[in-house]
Amino acid sequence: MVTIGESVIRPASRLRFILDRRDVLGSFFVAPAILYVLLLVGVPFLMALYYSVSAYTIYDPSWSFVGLENFEDIIDDPVFRQTLYNTFIFTFGSQILGLILGKFGALVLLRRFPGRGFVRAMIILPWAVPIALATVAWQWMFDSLYSVINWTLIALGIVARSDAPNWLGDPTLAMLSVIVVNAWRFFPFAIVIFLAGITAVPQDVLDAATVDGAGFWRRNYQIIVPMILPIVAIGLVFGIVFTFTDLSVVFLMTMGGPVGATSVLGFQGFQTGIVSGDVSHGAAISLFMVPVLLVVVIAMLRFIRRREI
Amino acid sequence: MAAVLTRDIVKKFADVPAVNGISLNVPDGEFMVLLGPSGCGKTTFLRIICGLEKQTSGEVLIGGEIVNDMPPRARGVAMMFQSYGLYPHFTVRNNIAFPLRTQKVARAEIGRKVEWASQLLGIGHLLERRPRQLSGGERQRVALARALVREPTALLLDEPLSNLDAKLRASARLEIKQFQQRVGVTTIYVTHDQVEAMGMGDRIAVIDRGIVRQVGTPSEIYDDPADRFVATFVGTPPMNIVARSGGYLGFRPENFLPRDMINGEASTEFQFRVDRSEYLGSERIVYGAIEGFDPDQVITAKLPPAHVAEEWIRPGEWHAFAVRNSALRNFDKDGKRSSRL
Amino acid sequence: MKRISTVKILQETSFYGAVTFFFVLAAFPFYWMLITSFKENADLYSVSNIPFWFNAPPTLEHFRYLFEKTLFATWLLNSFIIGLCVTAITLVTALPAAYSLARMTGRNGEALGIGIFLTYLVPPTLLFLPLSRVVAELGLQNSMWSLVVVYPTFTIPFCTWLMMGFFKAMPPEIEEAAIVDGCSLFGAFVKMAIPLSLPGILTVVIFTFTLTLQEFVYALTFVSSSAEKPITLGVATDLIRGDIFFWGEIMAGALIASIPVAIAYNLFLDRFIAGITGGAIK
Repeated sequence: MVTIGESVIRPASRLRFILDRRDVLGSFFVAPAILYVLLLVGVPFLMALYYSVSAYTIYDPSWSFVGLENFEDIIDDPVFRQTLYNTFIFTFGSQILGLILGKFGALVLLRRFPGRGFVRAMIILPWAVPIALATVAWQWMFDSLYSVINWTLIALGIVARSDAPNWLGDPTLAMLSVIVVNAWRFFPFAIVIFLAGITAVPQDVLDAATVDGAGFWRRNYQIIVPMILPIVAIGLVFGIVFTFTDLSVVFLMTMGGPVGATSVLGFQGFQTGIVSGDVSHGAAISLFMVPVLLVVVIAMLRFIRRREI
Repeated sequence: MAAVLTRDIVKKFADVPAVNGISLNVPDGEFMVLLGPSGCGKTTFLRIICGLEKQTSGEVLIGGEIVNDMPPRARGVAMMFQSYGLYPHFTVRNNIAFPLRTQKVARAEIGRKVEWASQLLGIGHLLERRPRQLSGGERQRVALARALVREPTALLLDEPLSNLDAKLRASARLEIKQFQQRVGVTTIYVTHDQVEAMGMGDRIAVIDRGIVRQVGTPSEIYDDPADRFVATFVGTPPMNIVARSGGYLGFRPENFLPRDMINGEASTEFQFRVDRSEYLGSERIVYGAIEGFDPDQVITAKLPPAHVAEEWIRPGEWHAFAVRNSALRNFDKDGKRSSRL
Repeated sequence: MKRISTVKILQETSFYGAVTFFFVLAAFPFYWMLITSFKENADLYSVSNIPFWFNAPPTLEHFRYLFEKTLFATWLLNSFIIGLCVTAITLVTALPAAYSLARMTGRNGEALGIGIFLTYLVPPTLLFLPLSRVVAELGLQNSMWSLVVVYPTFTIPFCTWLMMGFFKAMPPEIEEAAIVDGCSLFGAFVKMAIPLSLPGILTVVIFTFTLTLQEFVYALTFVSSSAEKPITLGVATDLIRGDIFFWGEIMAGALIASIPVAIAYNLFLDRFIAGITGGAIK
């Protein structure tokens, strides 16, 4: 064989190969992440479970076991029942509204028009901006005296000044406001998800449908929707999980009021466990989120598995 | 001494054997082609020789040394991937120098070897470019230079031509073959394309479903196939195989000619009904059925158009065709070659 | 033929009507934020003035107040430091983990990847109770460093998942070529996988940073003294004296805090989507 001197392959010593072993290196690489998550998510989760069945408060950090007493206490409490109910309404309402807005927003953004880039950038804002800051802006918009919404309604003659809606002070309106703000935060994310899904549908499938005679709506509902369901399902999981467990919107806009009309699980857990220091009941309240989350996540995962194309 | 030797290599992925016992002997300097359909295990086998996969059992010897537990860099092999695997963020010079850098070769030495390798492949003028600025042919040469620069004991190629379009493939094929002949490095080349295999290989190992069906020179593979699989895999159109007397009889389309064209030699005659013909310019392919055998089986004949006029071969007509007995191949009921009748 | 069909006109109008609707819906609160930051207090707190535009000339008084009379600048600094530290911790932890999971084929790798992703969904409003105990044990209560310790609990899962998508989309040939050419697996990771996935890494850095800026629950729980607050918490809760909201300042602060995040999201949105779909749709 043609050569130019010594072959460069050194038969290296065998113990140098530790960095080549896929299994060793693989475990070593994943270890820090797993460790972090186990220590600061897994262990605290178990701690929360234990708090909920103990009599722990910050004034009396007792680890004594009280069984399901805390859960019985909170289920008997009408405020808690109201909170649980609110949380479902809040989540359901904002997700549905957000999805609808997202679906149609995606359809609008699909088509090229002048200024589309700019419009898209603006539409992303509610999701991009930190939740607390956007909520504060809405808080100001709903202000009992200076609400710009009310000003507009009055100026258009729809309501009189004395009848101006008290968005954050009236129980039904407060829940509506909180749902609207959350839907508003969610819908750009829904648009992004829908767009990603729709653009992933291969053009030749759509073309085949057109040649087969499917019109716009049929193509939409019988071809596109089934094909984007997996990715929409993922988006929905995120949406439901973050809405169901949210505390920011309620904390900033209504502090759970008026009279608990907008109190949600995350908020009440905070009030009870952190503000009032009753850790054991706070943990019990927060733990009510877990079954719902588990059901949602497992249902979605199985749904996606079955629908893998 | 064999440059590359494998003994009974088995590789299972979750109980499914991808490679089911391959023992292969590649002498120094040989161009060995591993030929087989997709999924037959040839690429897995190549990767095991390289060290990118670990075999379930069996031994790999390179340069006489068992390399089972060594990573690729200690085995003395170089590999060329399907899309060449050039480092996009390095210049051509650094691409070629990389294998030397990892072995901590001295700077001056690296410079010398890079010069030598790039001269050998005629890419000296491309050293400062980046891969994305190169044409397909240039990239192939850079990949070869990079493989060569370490002077490996064996060069492994994994279907390097399959991403090229047909026109480029022929010239790329020639270039690789010439390169190998000039440099003399032991080469193992994987492909599913039998034209490539026949054109390039010193020897061919035909692989199907994880085992080697036959190892031999191109003419041995073509003229003396060990079983039905090899007989029908190599050759276009494939060999005609008909069932007869508890076994099979095979004859290649180019040997299935009008009786009048066969003079002198002993031959076997068939009545052939023409169904369809295709005129390909350099030859005419005729499809039909032969009397006395399965009427649904399509038999092909490859006729030189110069000798057979079109009006003579018309659909529906019966003609007397024949095959020289020396061109008949017999297979037993399991498909293996048996001695001639 | 000069006749434009009325159907076409209706279609176009309703289309652009829809565009306007979504645009106004999304953008109006930010317009409101913008204009409030620049309005004089007298103009702001008047029910008779038209709120959609300036009635008195725009003013920078709110911004001045923000920087001179409040801890706004400190909050900005805090958030910056937190973001930097958390991003560093996340990169060091998540990059190798994502690479290992992306290249480790088979059920184990898949399952572990999904497991890590699922921890991203564990709600802060559940973990904050025990974590406040952990934070107290570490002596970090009421300090912004408690956030540096706690934030990686969600940035690491998120970034591991995102980077997995990016790594999976990279063909393994180049790393394999490097291994055949003499690199160890670790060397191939450092010399090939990382440099070639820089766009993905950059996206991950940006999103990690914005995740830390966005966070509210842990900040609210662990930090109460004004000087330790990160920007989002500070603007949302600290610009209130007694019962009075300093809306001009609040909006000004919100504006400043929102702009970098909004810009970053817009620049990196496409990459982010590529990462999600790469990981989610196999």
